[in-house]
Amino acid sequence: MSLELRGIHKRYGSVRANDGVDLILEAGSIHGLLGENGAGKSTLMKVLSGFVAPDSGRVLLDGRPVRLGSTRAAIRAGIGMLHQDPLVFLPFTVLDNFILGSGRRVRRAAARRDLQRMADQFGFRLDPEAPARSLTVGERQQLEIVRLLWLGARVLILDEPTTGISATQQERLFATLRALAEQGMIVAFVSHKLEEVEALCRRVTVMRRGRVVGEADLPCPTERLVEMMFGRVQVPVVRERAAPGDAVLELQGMRPADRGVAESHTLAVGRGEVIGLAGLEGSGQRPFLRTCAGLQRPAEGRIRVAGRDLTRARYREFRRAGVHFLPAGRLEEGLISGLTLTEHFLLASPGGSFVIDWAQAEAEAAATIAENLIVGSPRSAAEELSGGNQQRLLLSLMPSEVQVLLMEHPTRGLDLESADWVWRRLLERSRRGTAIVFASSDLEELLRYSDRILVFFAGKVLREVPAETISGEDLGYLIGGKDPR
Amino acid sequence: MHQETLDFVVATLASIVAAASPLVYAVVGETITEKAGVINLSLDGSIMLSAMAGFATAFMTGSVLLGFVVAALVSMAMALVIAFSSIELRLNQIAIGFVLTLLGANLASFLGRSYVGVRAAGVPHLGIPWLEDLSLRIPKVGSFRFGAIFFDHNLSVYGSFLAILLGYWFVFRTRRGLELQGVGERPEAAHARGLAVNRLRYFYTVLGGALVGLAGAAFSLDVRFGWREGLTTNYGWIALAIVIFGGWHPVRAAAGAYLFGALSVLALKLQPQLPDLSQILPITPFALMIFALLLVSQDWSRRLADRYSRWRRLLSGDPPSAIGTAFWRD
Amino acid sequence: MSVLARSRSAATALLPFALVLVVGVLLLISVSAPPLEVFRLIFQGALGSQAGLSTTLMVWVPLVLAAAGLVVTFTAGLWNIGIEGQIIVGAVAGALVARTVIGPPLLVIPLLILAGAVGGMLWGLLVGVLRVYGRVNEIFGGLGLFFVATGLVVYLVIGPWQRAGSASTSGTDLFRREAWLPRAGGWRFSWVALGLAVALVVGVYLLMRGTRFGLRLRAVGRNGRSAFLMGITTNRHLLAAFALCGALGGLGGALHAAGFHHKLVPAVSGGYGFLGILVVLLAGFRAVWIAPIAFFFAVISVGSTQLQLRLQLHSSLAGVLQGVLVLCALLVGGWQLRRAHLSRRRAEEGG
Repeated sequence: MSLELRGIHKRYGSVRANDGVDLILEAGSIHGLLGENGAGKSTLMKVLSGFVAPDSGRVLLDGRPVRLGSTRAAIRAGIGMLHQDPLVFLPFTVLDNFILGSGRRVRRAAARRDLQRMADQFGFRLDPEAPARSLTVGERQQLEIVRLLWLGARVLILDEPTTGISATQQERLFATLRALAEQGMIVAFVSHKLEEVEALCRRVTVMRRGRVVGEADLPCPTERLVEMMFGRVQVPVVRERAAPGDAVLELQGMRPADRGVAESHTLAVGRGEVIGLAGLEGSGQRPFLRTCAGLQRPAEGRIRVAGRDLTRARYREFRRAGVHFLPAGRLEEGLISGLTLTEHFLLASPGGSFVIDWAQAEAEAAATIAENLIVGSPRSAAEELSGGNQQRLLLSLMPSEVQVLLMEHPTRGLDLESADWVWRRLLERSRRGTAIVFASSDLEELLRYSDRILVFFAGKVLREVPAETISGEDLGYLIGGKDPR
Repeated sequence: MHQETLDFVVATLASIVAAASPLVYAVVGETITEKAGVINLSLDGSIMLSAMAGFATAFMTGSVLLGFVVAALVSMAMALVIAFSSIELRLNQIAIGFVLTLLGANLASFLGRSYVGVRAAGVPHLGIPWLEDLSLRIPKVGSFRFGAIFFDHNLSVYGSFLAILLGYWFVFRTRRGLELQGVGERPEAAHARGLAVNRLRYFYTVLGGALVGLAGAAFSLDVRFGWREGLTTNYGWIALAIVIFGGWHPVRAAAGAYLFGALSVLALKLQPQLPDLSQILPITPFALMIFALLLVSQDWSRRLADRYSRWRRLLSGDPPSAIGTAFWRD
Repeated sequence: MSVLARSRSAATALLPFALVLVVGVLLLISVSAPPLEVFRLIFQGALGSQAGLSTTLMVWVPLVLAAAGLVVTFTAGLWNIGIEGQIIVGAVAGALVARTVIGPPLLVIPLLILAGAVGGMLWGLLVGVLRVYGRVNEIFGGLGLFFVATGLVVYLVIGPWQRAGSASTSGTDLFRREAWLPRAGGWRFSWVALGLAVALVVGVYLLMRGTRFGLRLRAVGRNGRSAFLMGITTNRHLLAAFALCGALGGLGGALHAAGFHHKLVPAVSGGYGFLGILVVLLAGFRAVWIAPIAFFFAVISVGSTQLQLRLQLHSSLAGVLQGVLVLCALLVGGWQLRRAHLSRRRAEEGG
């Protein structure tokens, strides 16, 4: 059995997400699809699963063409797709999720038996009556895998499946995929993480800017893959670390008011210090950061910023004390769609006259745009910017004097150049004395830029480690809740 | 207590059940529409126009059944405008719905002028043999003839029972109903599973519209028999509020409709007792029903749902996640 | 823009009007009324005489004030359907002043106007409080308070404030002369009302376009979460929008009671609040357009009352025409956006 893609083209606006992609997937082994964020992998997989129609191109399964642009046709042909954020219905039960869309006339009891039988087969524990909301991301994935197989999938595509799942769940997932490939299925594993592809796949295709730039049989030297992915070999930047100054953010037995939080925190962050928060998504970093930002009151304990007690203070007072928060969702919680860059700068500059002088505001905006290398004009709307430029805009909206900077995933979804730029700006601020606390799921980012790393697991800090001495592998184990020692 | 008291209670409850029947159609219909993720805000106009059209048809043809059919068709047409404008043109559902609300009510007044005060056939009465006579003997007091509360009515009232039962059964007990909920909950997931999201939304918006139309006919051909200007004013808004009160659950929504019916009947019965307030009593149930939303909008309903997970669907009252939003693939 | 493109965009802007003409004509033919005669009567009734024009202007005042207020709430992303209730409460507050304050017009009238604005503002704020602190959607909170306001005005008119001798829903006694808004010469419209309305519409336009408050309100309306994280006090801005809209609506109600009816009538809001929503929708939420559109709508509404007498047509024809016009405008606008979007995509794919 083989799956063949020929000349797939897909454009979004002026972006060529797929620019003539040819690819052959063979049964019996796991095929990796490697590339940076934005290389066109996800688009390709969405085309394959019928989620979007390509502008041109063909897909052949065992030589027979598959009707494109129809998820139903893809399912019928036996192509199953596991999306990065598993597409389950959160309020519905596991069993309802299992049945929904199957289009088959099976009885609930029979479906429940099938679900349990197949889950057992892979060692998944899924309670058919539990609401999907109560499942972890890893469990939602397991549910989707079982469901796709039950629907008769012969081709399984996984889009970045290791984001947000634990180390044990990842091991189980990899074992499952190997077993499925051995049974003769086509398994495609899409990722931007080299280690995972090297660990799992027999053959790998590398994409860059919407095109296939190379293929290789594994194992092969990592440098070769990196070169194909990025076009140049990355020299890891080692940042000079200075001793942190006086404590500017102090937590004393602070426990965020959140159901998932198991423990209180006591921590002092010094001026110019960079603290990385590692951990699976949903391990407690989010309530931690949001409580430190003053967005939610702690259940107990105290928060002090630059010596002032802000425990009971409101978000506005945190801001006034020099706390700044940059959320992960840039267009959801950071910028405002429909407003221009000029308007964003106006909103971010407190004070100023009640009546707006638009000509002057636009001139100032143009200067700020140039200074921050944002690709856009004073009159472009925020949502028209690319992700990297949106992040640049968010950073340029920050007040000049920030004592404590709290961030969620500062470089998620950015290309390398933008990510580098973002961190250059952040480190500049850190040198001027800003304390930075950021959450990230990117181990490299955590290791490279933090002074200390707090590893979150199941709602508490499992360990605090100095970034200089810990290895990536050990950090990975800690994130999964395992002690490497 | 005497036999008369019991009979009075039975008669009152029966009148509540009858008075609420048009609203029951409307809330079940709108619940289905909103479950699919579409808000049909035009109810106040749709009910009015279909009440007028249904009555006019029954008057001209002499057929009550045809009146109901035409009423349903009129309301379906309005629902179709909402579906089309939100799905194909991606217009704001609230905006279109509001315009249709005013348009429907004005159109009903304009076109219905010549039907004011005329007589047409009404929905026939049918006591259901045996069931209507069910009663419970209460020693020393008399017999509580509860059968008459439910089974001694006009035909359209039985239709409202059927709407509740079928609505509940369809939404929560069938595969199609699960798909309906999926489309309103997370359309991209429904799409990934091969469902035609927008086609289903068209279908359920129009289906819900049909029930809303039946509500109009049930007003003009049954409970408020006849046509006059403003016959159903504000009932559409109340139906929309009851859908929220009902937590997007057909049975709980129907309970809301009966609660409103009870308030209305109470206001009616109080009128002779409170002559000073007789003019404003009719409007109080509307205000009360709206402020009942304050009760269900707070956190405790969700906490209750967490506590009694068996009744989660009935208690939680969460709106469909994708309500009021358009879905497109790229 | 080329001449061709400009004429094409003018043509598409007029398309809704052409459509409403077609629909209107068909509708009138279906009830066997002469379309041309109907349209002539509407315009003649509203503009053809001093009395007609005065009435049109006095209808325009509450309508345009409601629309101006709604521009503020729409900017903040709110559907203030409760404006109808805010108009009523403004009129009630004005009537309270007219009935209780005895003095020269120079004292009574400013007080009456102020009372109207304050009454409407409080009623609007209440919707805001229900929404912000009670989590009741403003559409329903507003409706609930509208029902309460309706009950209140009916209660007052047939109860405590009933006309001497007979309680009826036709209204209270006329206000004392000192509480009537001054008229312009022999005309029946009040220059006070008209002047205030013009000034406030211009004021709202400037507020929305050129001030930080207007900008922050837009930010809150487009994305409340981001706005809050940027440090904008979102709740306070939502409440301010409701207060401002309520004040403008209430002012319109008081002006309408004191300048047109000269008494409190149960139907004092006259549907101007709902109609104001249509005006703003047709104006595309832009303050510049509300004055002319509101005037056009006032013409249709006032002119249609003639039809009842002359042609035995129901005056709700006005509402039908207005509704069809806005519906067509929305549909045509949506269709154009969609087409532009698709052709842009096609152009990109081609190039």
